[in-house]
Order: sequence, then C-alpha cells, then structure tokens
Amino acid sequence: MASGGRPLPTLQVEATGAAATVRLAGDWTLRFLGPRLDELQGRLRALGGEAGWDLSGVSRLDSFGAMLLWRHWGRRRPVGLVLPAELEGVFGRLAELGDTRLEARAPYRFFDGTAQVGRAVFGFGRHLLQFVALVGQLCLDLAYLLRYRGHWPLLEISANFYKVGVQAMPVTALVGFLIGVVLSYLSALQLQLFGADVFIVNILGFGIIRELGPVLVAVLVAGRSGSAMTAQIGVMRVTEEIDALTTMGISRYVRLVLPKVVALTLAMPLVTLWGSSMALFGGMVAANLQLGLSFDFFLNALPRAVPAVNLLIGLSKGAVFGLLIALVACHFGLRVRPNTESLSANTTASVVSSITVVILVDAVFAIATRSIGLPR
Amino acid sequence: MPAYPVELCGVSTRFGHAWVHRNIDLAVPAGEVVALVGGSGTGKTTLLRQVVGLLQPAEGEVRLFGEPLAGGSRADQLARRRRLGMLFQQGALFSALNVFANVAFPLREFGIRDEGMLRDLVLLKLAMVELGPEVALRMPAELSGGMVKRVALARALALEPELLLLDEPTAGLDPDRSAGFVRLIRALHKALGLTVILVTHDLDTLAALATRVAVLSEGRILAFGPLDEIMRVPDPFIERFFHGERSQAALARGRELG
Repeated sequence: MASGGRPLPTLQVEATGAAATVRLAGDWTLRFLGPRLDELQGRLRALGGEAGWDLSGVSRLDSFGAMLLWRHWGRRRPVGLVLPAELEGVFGRLAELGDTRLEARAPYRFFDGTAQVGRAVFGFGRHLLQFVALVGQLCLDLAYLLRYRGHWPLLEISANFYKVGVQAMPVTALVGFLIGVVLSYLSALQLQLFGADVFIVNILGFGIIRELGPVLVAVLVAGRSGSAMTAQIGVMRVTEEIDALTTMGISRYVRLVLPKVVALTLAMPLVTLWGSSMALFGGMVAANLQLGLSFDFFLNALPRAVPAVNLLIGLSKGAVFGLLIALVACHFGLRVRPNTESLSANTTASVVSSITVVILVDAVFAIATRSIGLPR
Repeated sequence: MPAYPVELCGVSTRFGHAWVHRNIDLAVPAGEVVALVGGSGTGKTTLLRQVVGLLQPAEGEVRLFGEPLAGGSRADQLARRRRLGMLFQQGALFSALNVFANVAFPLREFGIRDEGMLRDLVLLKLAMVELGPEVALRMPAELSGGMVKRVALARALALEPELLLLDEPTAGLDPDRSAGFVRLIRALHKALGLTVILVTHDLDTLAALATRVAVLSEGRILAFGPLDEIMRVPDPFIERFFHGERSQAALARGRELG
C-alpha cells in the first residue's frame, strides 16, 4: 500500500546505560499500523517493562494507535513519558474510559437446558393461542362482512387470486408434468416384469388425483405464495404500514389477512386440478413411450379405475391445504418484529410450518377417507 | 500542498431524461466542515452518494484524497474506502447484530482479531459518542432514534476515518437531542481533525457546525464559502432560504450552540 507521502510508524529502542528509551515516530494510525500490526505487537511484547517512552517524533496518533500503546502500558502512563502537547487529548480520553467492562454473559449451567425446553413449550403454546385468536378474529370479521356486504375487500381478493392462482400455473405445470413422467416411467419398469401393464392407469390415477397432486401443489404453493404472504405482511409491519391502516380505522384482518385466506382457499382446488392434470398428462406420455399404451385407452380406462369421488377428495384437500397455508403465512407475518432478522426467521418458520401442517393434515385425511372411493 | 479529501470535477447526474446536476465543481479542503444545502429534490443526498461511490455520475469524476474514486486495484479502492465513514439518515445499523457487533464489524473486517483489543476499541468508540457499556449488548431495535444515530456514528468512526459524511445527522431528533448531537460532532471534529461533509435541512445544525456552505440550486453550486459570505450573495433562493423570519431565528440558535 502506498503511504501517500506520510511517514510510516517506526519504533526504535535506545539503550543508555541501564534504562532503555523507546522512541516512536511517524503516523501511528490504523491505516499504517494495520498491515504491520503483528510485527509491531511482537516488538512491543519483546520490550521490558522498565523502558522510558519518547513520543515526540509521532506525527499523527489516532485512538487505535493510542489504544495499542495504552494496553501495552497496562492502562496507565509509564514513568518518564515524553508526550507532545497535541497528543494529550487522545490519552486523556483513554484515561477517562478507565477499565470499563462489558457485562459478562452468564455461564451455561445444567438447568439452562431444562429452561430452554420449558421456553420452547411455552413458545409453542403462545403460537397456538395466537393462531386460534387469528382464526377467531377472522370468523368475527366474516360475520361482520355478512351483514355489511359492501365492505367485502373484493379487489384485494381478486388481486391475490391472480397472484397465487394464475401466476402459479407455469411452475405447477412444469413440476407436475415431470413428476408424472418419473412416476409413470418407474412404475412401468416394475409392472412390465409382471405383465401388468394396464394397471399403470390405476397407479397413476389414484396416486396423483388423490394424494400426490394436492400435496405436491400445496408444497409448491407454500414455498411460493406462503413465503410471499409472510414477507409482505412482515415488511408492512416493519414500515409501519399496518399501523397506518389501523389509524385509518381499517382492520388489518379484513384488508390483509382475509383476502389472502379467501383467495388461496378458492385458488388451491383449481391449481390442484391443473397440477394433477399435468401430472396425469406426463404419466400418460411416459406410459405411451414406455409401454405403448395409447392416449385413448388411458383416458377411457381412467374413470373405470378411479371413481369420481377421488377427484372430489383431492380438490377438497386442495381447498383445506390452501386455507391452512394462508392462515399459517398470515400468522407468522403478523408476528414479525421490526428488524430484518425477525423477518427472515418468520418467513422460514412460515414455510416450514405450513408444509408440516399440510403433511399432518394429509395424514388425517388419509385416515378419515379410508373407506371412500377405494376399490374393495 | 496535500490533496483535497474530496474533489468533484465536472460532475453531472441524470435520472432518466432529467438532469439533476450539471457540471458541478467542488473541492473540499482538509479539516473543514462543509454543509450541502438546497431545496428538496436538488440532489444533495445524490451528491453525497456519489462521493462514497454508491452512485456513478453520468459525466465527470469524483476524486478522493487526490485519486479517482474507482481508480487503482481492488486493494487500493478498499484502502481508499476505509479512509471515509458515512452516517446514513436512518443509521443503517445491521439489525441482526447487537450494538457491540455493529461497531466491531468494520474492525473485524479490517483484520483485528484480538478480542481484548476489539472490546477496548468498541467501548472507546461508544464512549466517544457518549454511550456507556450498558448499551453494548442491546439490539438496534431496542434503541431510541437518537441512540441509533450515536451508534451509527460510532460505527462510522470505527476505522479512524479522515473523512466523515453525514446525511441529515439531526433529522428525526428532538431539538434537545439534536443540539446534543451537534455538540458531539463538533467535539469529535475538533478532537480528531476530521473533514466533514454534511447534508442538512436544519439551519440550527448548519449554523452550529458548518465552516463552509455549498448551496445547490437548479443543478449547480450557486455559492460556496463561509456562511456569512453566503448570506450576502444576492439570489432569490438564498434570500428565501436564509433570510426568512424562521430561518433567522434558527441561525441565531445555531450560532449560540456553536
């Protein structure tokens, strides 16, 4: 690094008889000390404690350089210090600072682990309580909106529907198609072994319409729209937009939460239908290429193999998943505190929780509908 | 003759089709406190952002310490940037880090690893902005507006800059706090011999701090000099800005403070 004409910091030891004098010169500033820090600190350590100090050659001294010397002197002025008047100020500040310390962090004790578990349990309880309060508030708002029909946030619902439904179509189509292809291809390899080629229709039909389609789309939508909802509400909290709404007498639940919940509940069955169709189409293509089943045969065999009630189950799952994803996303969005760390933590928590909730509820669905729509 | 800490040579700025600045020349001498003033939308903050390299001027050149801002190798540019500190309007503290880590951040980046040295330096910087060690472990979200500015100033001072840029240092502070903050900057300026450029709307602050004033109007520097000289320039904008009843009262208050 070029010094730009400034003198570099130097340190010289002059031994006169028994006492040594340390002469400092040049710019003792962070800019020039930084690159030579290790070397200079090593030389400082090598000095004895008895030395006298002469700083009259120092052209500049900033608080970093002063701190370096101050720490070496053990936080006091050494005897026989020659200090030019213009450098008094820096050491004055250091002397004023004294030996202040940070509050020490309490050491980790055995029972802290127990306390952590307790805090986690109470935290989970608070989450549940707030979630129930959110659902309750939405029910109250719905009752209010049933009486005053003009207050429905129709514009917001429509905008959200477009965002979570229409704009999600390309990605669900792509992922659905590819999953369909993979599922069909792998199943076909197995079925060929037993000569049970035609059962590919049953496997794909049941698997995709009843199970894979809704869950796959729910995971995609949770990652795509759930995170966006949490982040949007969270940022609105950070920038005090939600407070601005409240002071205008507009309920955040009616204007922000309800449109998202309604839109996603309505859009999810349709996106599920779209995603499942695409997955079936992908499966059909792969079955045609791998097993030579014609599209005609596939489409004719599908309603015979899979009763129509399975489609209803799949779509209802979609609606319920949509409702849950939107509620979880809004719940976490409203918990965001005004800092970036909280925003990112809540967005992550929102996506992870909504996917977990979707899979839990899917298991409940599987048990509750075990006697409906399955061949005996 | 040492180089000017900041030199603008023929700087022009354009947003879309609108020219914000036209051919601005300004040289800030070392050790001065220069205030940039001007009406809303005259690009004061834009000019400040160009000095630190956040924005590129459409034409012209910004020179820091006698060298072009973007000149030299990566290491040279980094070394040049480390010679300046900037205080942003909202503080721009890293909200994921506590106060201590915020102030220690530039020092750690500089390569200071000794934790004892770091602790002493951070506490010294905090003491310089009149904050005690008890705030060191708080998060930025738990600080008041005035404290956020103080911590941000401590962070800006962490690497011992020669040049300090202040964007609206007293905006959003109550009169008492803002007087305190102005006193603090004055004391630091005197103690550390910094060159300071500040953008402000606040005439109290201006009169108390600035040794020179640059008036921006209609995309150019209308006048540059000590406040008393500026006041005598015959121009309708300067008339309105400095000679109104409220302005006079604010200037008087600021002079008292300074």
